[in-house]
Amino acid sequence: MILTLNTYEAVEPEKVSRWFKAAPVEKFPKNGGACVKYKGMQIAVFNFTREGTWYACQNLCPHKMEMVLSRGMIGEDQGEPKVACPLHKNSFSLKTGKHLNGDLNRIATYPVKIEGDFVYIGFSE
Amino acid sequence: MKTVIVVGNGMVGYKFCEKFVAKVDQGSFKLIVFGEEPRVAYDRVHLSEYFENGDAERLSMAPREWYQENNIELYTNERVTDIHRNSKTITTLSEKTYNYDYLVLATGSSPFVPQINGVDKDGVFVYRTIEDLEEMLAYADKIRKTVKKPKAAILGGGLLGLEAAKAVMDMGMEPHVVEFAPKLMPRQLDTRSSKVLQVKLKSMGINIHLSKATNQILGNGHVIGMEFGEDDVLNVDMLVISAGIRPRDELGKSCGLKMGTRGGIAVDNKMRTSDSSIFAIGEIALYNQMIYGLVAPGYEMAGVAVDQILGMEQTVMAAEIDMSTKLKLIGVDVASFGTPFMPAEKGHSIIFENKTESLYKRINVSHDGKRLLGGILVGDAKDYNMLLQMYLNEMPLPKNPENLILGSRGGEDVSFGSAMDLPDTAIVCSCEAVTKGQICCSVKENGNESVKAISKATKATTGCGGCKPMVDDLVKETLKSLGKVVKESICEHFEYSRQELYDLVKLRKIEDYDSLLDEVGKGHGCEVCKPAVASIFASIYNETANRQATIQDTNDRYLANIQRNGTYSVVPRVAAGEITPKQLLAIGRIAQKYDLYTKITGGQRIDMFGAQLHELPPIWEELIAEGFETGQAYGKSLRTVKSCVGSTWCRYGMDESVTFAIDIENRYKGIRSPHKIKGGVSGCIRECAEARNKDFGFIAVEGGWNVYICGNGGANPQHAQLLAEKVDREIATKYVDRFLMYYIQTAPPLTRTAAWLDKLEGGIDYVKDVVINDCLGIAEQLDSEMQYLVDTYKCEWKEAVENPEIRARYTHFVNAEETDDNIEFVSLREQKMPKAWV
Ligand SMILES: Cc1cc2nc3c(=O)[nH]c(=O)nc-3n(C[C@H](O)[C@H](O)[C@H](O)COP(=O)(O)OP(=O)(O)OC[C@H]3O[C@@H](n4cnc5c(N)ncnc54)[C@H](O)[C@@H]3O)c2cc1C
Ligand code: SF4
Ligand code: SF4
Ligand code: FES
Repeated sequence: MILTLNTYEAVEPEKVSRWFKAAPVEKFPKNGGACVKYKGMQIAVFNFTREGTWYACQNLCPHKMEMVLSRGMIGEDQGEPKVACPLHKNSFSLKTGKHLNGDLNRIATYPVKIEGDFVYIGFSE
Repeated sequence: MKTVIVVGNGMVGYKFCEKFVAKVDQGSFKLIVFGEEPRVAYDRVHLSEYFENGDAERLSMAPREWYQENNIELYTNERVTDIHRNSKTITTLSEKTYNYDYLVLATGSSPFVPQINGVDKDGVFVYRTIEDLEEMLAYADKIRKTVKKPKAAILGGGLLGLEAAKAVMDMGMEPHVVEFAPKLMPRQLDTRSSKVLQVKLKSMGINIHLSKATNQILGNGHVIGMEFGEDDVLNVDMLVISAGIRPRDELGKSCGLKMGTRGGIAVDNKMRTSDSSIFAIGEIALYNQMIYGLVAPGYEMAGVAVDQILGMEQTVMAAEIDMSTKLKLIGVDVASFGTPFMPAEKGHSIIFENKTESLYKRINVSHDGKRLLGGILVGDAKDYNMLLQMYLNEMPLPKNPENLILGSRGGEDVSFGSAMDLPDTAIVCSCEAVTKGQICCSVKENGNESVKAISKATKATTGCGGCKPMVDDLVKETLKSLGKVVKESICEHFEYSRQELYDLVKLRKIEDYDSLLDEVGKGHGCEVCKPAVASIFASIYNETANRQATIQDTNDRYLANIQRNGTYSVVPRVAAGEITPKQLLAIGRIAQKYDLYTKITGGQRIDMFGAQLHELPPIWEELIAEGFETGQAYGKSLRTVKSCVGSTWCRYGMDESVTFAIDIENRYKGIRSPHKIKGGVSGCIRECAEARNKDFGFIAVEGGWNVYICGNGGANPQHAQLLAEKVDREIATKYVDRFLMYYIQTAPPLTRTAAWLDKLEGGIDYVKDVVINDCLGIAEQLDSEMQYLVDTYKCEWKEAVENPEIRARYTHFVNAEETDDNIEFVSLREQKMPKAWV
């Protein structure tokens, strides 16, 4: 399957029409990420333990179109939570998807919620 | 619009253009430049660096586009052949004619080649242009094929001759300096300092022949030797002539400008020649009856000529020109300033000499003891800049002037304070005429808070670079005076250098990243500090990358090198490249089973590419069952120790290089460091294992092993430097133990050993002091820390496959069994390859 950038579109929290039950919380490493499959899409989900928040974004890095962002290191740049791509260290804001150290395309971000011991990702369909 | 023509696109000609366009309004003047050389002006002062990197671009003063952007018409490879003063025109070799209103001659000089029988033979070179160097390199390559240890002579033992001697030595030839005078650097040194320098050069492998008049150059077609007297012959395979310079004044002569008796175009203090519309600057100009073979006066002349042409007639050349110089590059400090030697009636001299340490210092003081007149420094020139400033600015001398060279030995009389004590008008960078005041002001008012920023803003340090230490001091001191601390912090989350963090972790016994961040850092970390801290934990506790996986760099996190399509490669350790047929078969079988692309690496092992994340644990399980362990090709850690077959098989081998290499690789395996480290062991000086471009290398010689450190291949190749000679295996290992441990503790993140050594104050001598002489008293501690790392090694892949929790990390999706369907392969030469990026 050929995936293009258009496959991924950011979802605002208020636009969520479906909460997808992804996986149990313990599947996601502390202060790290893992990848979730949803309808042919790959979504990177990050358990930002230090902040006590969760983030989700496309797994596809817009730089070389590789499915790798979930394996990147997360951190923060002047307070802005971010993920650095493991391939060439391009960093993207986990809040807005904005490319922080250059001007690649924005990545799509998705709302995350935790209910019970499960991680849910929000999509609008 | 008036036209200015510049003849000569060398250092000074370029400087003229730079200063001219900075002062003149676009459109009011037309500037045309002719250069005989094919390249745009380059930095001749740093010509020898071309031998190190072969990068001509890097030497250029400004790229060709710069001339375009500034509307300068530049013609390179075009010699000006005639000046017609009546019609105010010039003609060029391609017979074109151009009009000028002002003509600036910056034709420089050419090497002086004495009329000796045979100077026209092949293998005789001069040392002035990039082309000269290219020809020398090509010739050296050629003779190295037929002669085992070729010899090269340098005719002339001056500043430039010694630099050339070092250059031919670096080209792998035995250097011989032949000087007519009874001493080296006759213009800068007195006899005693020359003797001290001679001893030092000899110990570095540079041979010196003084008081030698060369009668003829021997050889049939190409040089094979030099003859001095009847039975006095020196056999050489190459000869570099460095016997002084002659101004290229042929243009001036033919158009009838006033010349000096020994050449050069005479100018007044406005840089005007005997024709008021023609100026001469740089090494062509005869000012005060002298030709100045240095860039600083040339640059000053360029500035004067610019101002004169633009009508600012009050700018004139200083009456006295400072010819102080410091030898660069050669690996021994030599400097002289002011009047280096003089008769006793002019003043008195204070001399300190220590031949065993190759130290010589002399200062000349006026009779009333108030002024410094000049001096010579050999072996240690770190006070050169300060002494020069005292001389230039006529600063008052301390009560006991001997303290200036001996240091204060009682405390009551401080020799000299800091660079901050200089007057604001003191010229710190003489090449670019930048004063102390300008530098400090640039720090304070324009926020240029590093040497780099200062050099960009003021151009200080961009000439010969000799003033760098002083500029560095000024920047640091000025920042301090503003209450700012100069810090090398690793990122916004930790205000510490890597070395400081290392000490903090050790001291406070902190074992995980989050606690470190809470205790001494701020915020939530990033991709810079996380792996740096992970490396520190590994160096102190030898913990594997498995325990704190999410702070590890990309490759460490999954113990494999991520490749361009997000798949991984697998590299088992093959210590020193020795592998059994059975192990080869095992690798073949496993690679075939998982359909992996295989290739032999540069480090003498086998790399298997194209494994998907979930395949890594089963692949490693099988490799481990066959007796392999992780090769840590993914880590900033020991990679490989390359070896030649040595005395076991090779007929030249002096010792068993393979055995040594295997033992060393097994000793250091698993050790993480600021950057990757590689080693090499060669069985003899033929150096088949290329140990001298590794971070550490051993070469067997008669009587033991030579130990080399801090070499580098990669993007910035650098030869390793000699740490110890002819030591046994045990001592050799101990020294490298200590060196590595010291490097691991003090290097900034992601700094290879070569770059680390470059920045280390005191360089290789200091490392020797720490490692061999234990000047810091830490040798024992380094030994035991290294032994701890050696004793606690474990294979992290074994740990990963045996631990279900770690193993579970190796899935692409957390919610599905499927694998990544984005990965596509194509086939190439019967193997698979990742699909190319679009
Ligand atoms: C290896 C080496 C190391 C040195 N180290 C130092 C040092 O450490 N410190 C220091 O102060 N100085 C040093 N120097 C000296 C310094 O390089 C010179 O003083 C400086 O280059 C002089 O500049 P210039 O422009 O007068 O001459 P050049 O740089 O020689 O430029 C003159 C240019 O004019 C061209 N030319 C000549 N005639 C014509 C013509 N008719 N038409 C067109 N073009 C023409 C020439 O080809 C040349 O390119 C060193 C020199 C060398 C070779
Ligand atoms: S370095 Fe010496 S011992 Fe080793 S293979 Fe080469 S020639 Fe033989
Ligand atoms: S040289 Fe460049 S392309 Fe080749 S392996 Fe190294 S990093 Fe990759
Ligand atoms: S593929 Fe992500 S930074 Fe290059």
